[in-house]
Amino acid sequence: MSAPMISLQGLSGTTVFDQSPARAKSGGCASSSCGSSAKPHEMDSVVWEKIKDHPCFSEEAHHYFARMHVAVAPACNIQCNYCNRKYDCANESRPGVVSERLTPDQALRKVIGVANEVPQLSVLGIAGPGDACYDWKNTKATFQRVAKEIGDIKLCISTNGLALPDRVAELAEMNVDHVTITINMVDPRIGAKIYPWIFYGNRRYTGVEAATILHERQMSGLEMLTARGILTKINSVMIPGVNDEHLIEVNKWVKERGAFLHNVMPLISDPAHGTHYGLSGQRGPKAMELKALQDRLEGGAKLMRHCRQCRADAVGLLGEDRGQEFTLDRLPDKVTYDASKRETYRAVVARERGDRLAAKSEALGMVKTAGSGKSLLVAVATKGGGRINEHFGHAKEFQVYEASPKGISFVGHRKVEQYCLGGRAEDKSLDGVISTLEGVDIVLCARIGNCPEDRLKEGGIRATEAYGYDYIETAIGALYAAEFGSEPLAATA
Amino acid sequence: MAFKIIASQCTQCGACEFECPSGAIKFKGETYVIDPKKCTECEGTFETQQCASVCPVSKTCVPA
Ligand code: SF4
Ligand code: SF4
Ligand code: SF4
Repeated sequence: MSAPMISLQGLSGTTVFDQSPARAKSGGCASSSCGSSAKPHEMDSVVWEKIKDHPCFSEEAHHYFARMHVAVAPACNIQCNYCNRKYDCANESRPGVVSERLTPDQALRKVIGVANEVPQLSVLGIAGPGDACYDWKNTKATFQRVAKEIGDIKLCISTNGLALPDRVAELAEMNVDHVTITINMVDPRIGAKIYPWIFYGNRRYTGVEAATILHERQMSGLEMLTARGILTKINSVMIPGVNDEHLIEVNKWVKERGAFLHNVMPLISDPAHGTHYGLSGQRGPKAMELKALQDRLEGGAKLMRHCRQCRADAVGLLGEDRGQEFTLDRLPDKVTYDASKRETYRAVVARERGDRLAAKSEALGMVKTAGSGKSLLVAVATKGGGRINEHFGHAKEFQVYEASPKGISFVGHRKVEQYCLGGRAEDKSLDGVISTLEGVDIVLCARIGNCPEDRLKEGGIRATEAYGYDYIETAIGALYAAEFGSEPLAATA
Repeated sequence: MAFKIIASQCTQCGACEFECPSGAIKFKGETYVIDPKKCTECEGTFETQQCASVCPVSKTCVPA
């Protein structure tokens, strides 16, 4: 399409229409566990309205819309073994790590500053460190101030669930219609291995007793949100040897209680972070282990595959963090909200979405007519907008898709160390990229040099720039047909 | 009879401040501090000292 007023270049591409009304109707919601007596088509369009601009709740929206987090609620009422609340380093990028704690007034200034500059912004979240439902005064003040200035922004919180039941009524009142609960267990004996203590009812509990209280509060909070039609995403941290198998049970429980999405995240346990798990040598899962578990969960509560484990003051599209551009010292003292950029952008997205939907259904047709039983794992370098538009050497992550007789689906992303830094290619990091891409059959990117292409080939991974700037699904459809269809084409450029 | 906060260990999360039944904890300069004149060690109100029970860092809210 001709150059839009705001470029979609910077936007990121995943698949799916998984959450589109059409698919939702046929999808896993046949049982009575939806928590709604509304007719499917009524409910679908209501849900679609809620998620269509939310990058975390809709995989499709995550190509187009951005979120920002503000860290206004540092106090927490439990301790998790994967968290060290002392840790605070501006150079680190990991969930829960924060470089800037804000008062509600400072948060308002920052949200307006970002909304004026980042037209993709659609969601304001309050995540870690700390618990947004426990540190409620700060959370509430921030939401109220922002909602008054920017009426159409979606408000979103993350919580460990312990204080959640006390806040559901107020969340509903403030139109918070997206809540994320971290649920790592439904068996308190497993919980006792993850949570050393909780603070509840004015005292500290430990062991199985603590985990039992937490579990009961999480379940009732989830049920209360479902009853009010508030969409819930369940985050679970996959801890090999502790709760990896158990997450299948967790998935069943949360599905029964109406959870909208289930997001299984890998444990991050670098000893340098000083967490209990980091120090005790508990390892995190490998990318293929995570995918294998997610594949086994398919068919339960709907899985989220596009989570980037954002840090607590992340700004921008998922997979991108522009937080450093918007620290308080870079913002003017007085900011006034200007809606024009966000409005223009939304019009552009509406058009682009239509084009991409058409491209996608054509691509699905190609995969089906290829009539092969095989599947293909494809890694894509993209800057957004649903297109293959990033150079191999510039990619900080690859989005991974699986093409199979069932269609084309997004299965996750793999973060890599950028291979090409300031024009110089780093050999060491190329080895890292190759091992990160384990299991992938082919890499699609906008450009790739001969040298990295050959090195990848030695590592058993093909790469091609033949589909540069195409829509992701169109390219994968053509590629699949070429690999397995009646007229094989040379897939390597 | 009072508690104190070991400033070098405090993460400034503020949880102790809003759990203290005596309003003894305030943010001062770089860290949270307990006013020994106001601290009652939670006696008569709670079984355990609230600041020590909620604090994420062990041995940070301790008897003065
Ligand atoms: S709930 Fe969040 S902030 Fe609290 S201990 Fe767990 S990870 Fe840390
Ligand atoms: S011991 Fe109790 S009264 Fe004293 S500072 Fe701590 S919470 Fe407040
Ligand atoms: S609870 Fe502990 S870490 Fe948090 S502010 Fe109080 S003393 Fe500091």
